[in-house]
Amino acid sequence: MHHGLHYGLLVMGAPYSSPAPHSALRFAHAIIARGHQIAGVFFYHDGVHNGSSLMTPPQDELNLHEAWRELNQQHAIPLDVCIAAALRRGLMSESEAHRHGQSAFNVAPPFELTGLGQLLDLQQRADRFITFA
Amino acid sequence: MAPPDALLVVFRHAPHSSNWLREGLDTALVAAAFGQPVHLLFMGQGIMALLKEQGSGAPGQKATLPIIDMLEMYDIETLWVSEEALQKMHIRQDLLIDGVTPVSAQDIPSLFQQHAKILNF
Repeated sequence: MHHGLHYGLLVMGAPYSSPAPHSALRFAHAIIARGHQIAGVFFYHDGVHNGSSLMTPPQDELNLHEAWRELNQQHAIPLDVCIAAALRRGLMSESEAHRHGQSAFNVAPPFELTGLGQLLDLQQRADRFITFA
Repeated sequence: MAPPDALLVVFRHAPHSSNWLREGLDTALVAAAFGQPVHLLFMGQGIMALLKEQGSGAPGQKATLPIIDMLEMYDIETLWVSEEALQKMHIRQDLLIDGVTPVSAQDIPSLFQQHAKILNF
């Protein structure tokens, strides 16, 4: 009987300026295909840009935001974004935009703004914790 | 051997060149606030975070030295610095803040082996 491991992923590279998010996605699909599970993905540092729903690459390029959404839809994997790192870089949810008097927002479910406690919790829960930076 | 839930936070970036140091320190503080034992290791350019004579804020960033100065209040008392990095950059240990323990290159792998939880910044 094969028992899968629970993996936690930390993504700290921005889409299109770092290969980190794409590597993380490929890694996620590969380990799921081998019977393991992803306990969650946490976006920190420049990785928070993966959460921007306004990301609009040319049509012949992979839309990384969409790729993360699909990973969530197919496997119900939580996508947590550090709120402090996100706000600093101009990424916010509708409720945060309202709170800060901003006229637009670019973070929506399945991406969730959350605190660094979630990162540490994910690391505690995971059998393997892998950083992509 | 470090306690099983101890977190080793590794810093490899200098202050002000990026936000790595600042956001790494934030993670260390949150972990300590949650009661996790936290140990810090400064390597490569990261050793410059420990220079006691550093000015604040290049391009509109908050200084990180005040955060490092208050680590003790969060019970973060173990700060290791790579001896090799100090030598490479010709930085004497008396230029660093107090309470930093130098670690030789050959002892660094055992620090990683002793910690099940590691975050790199």
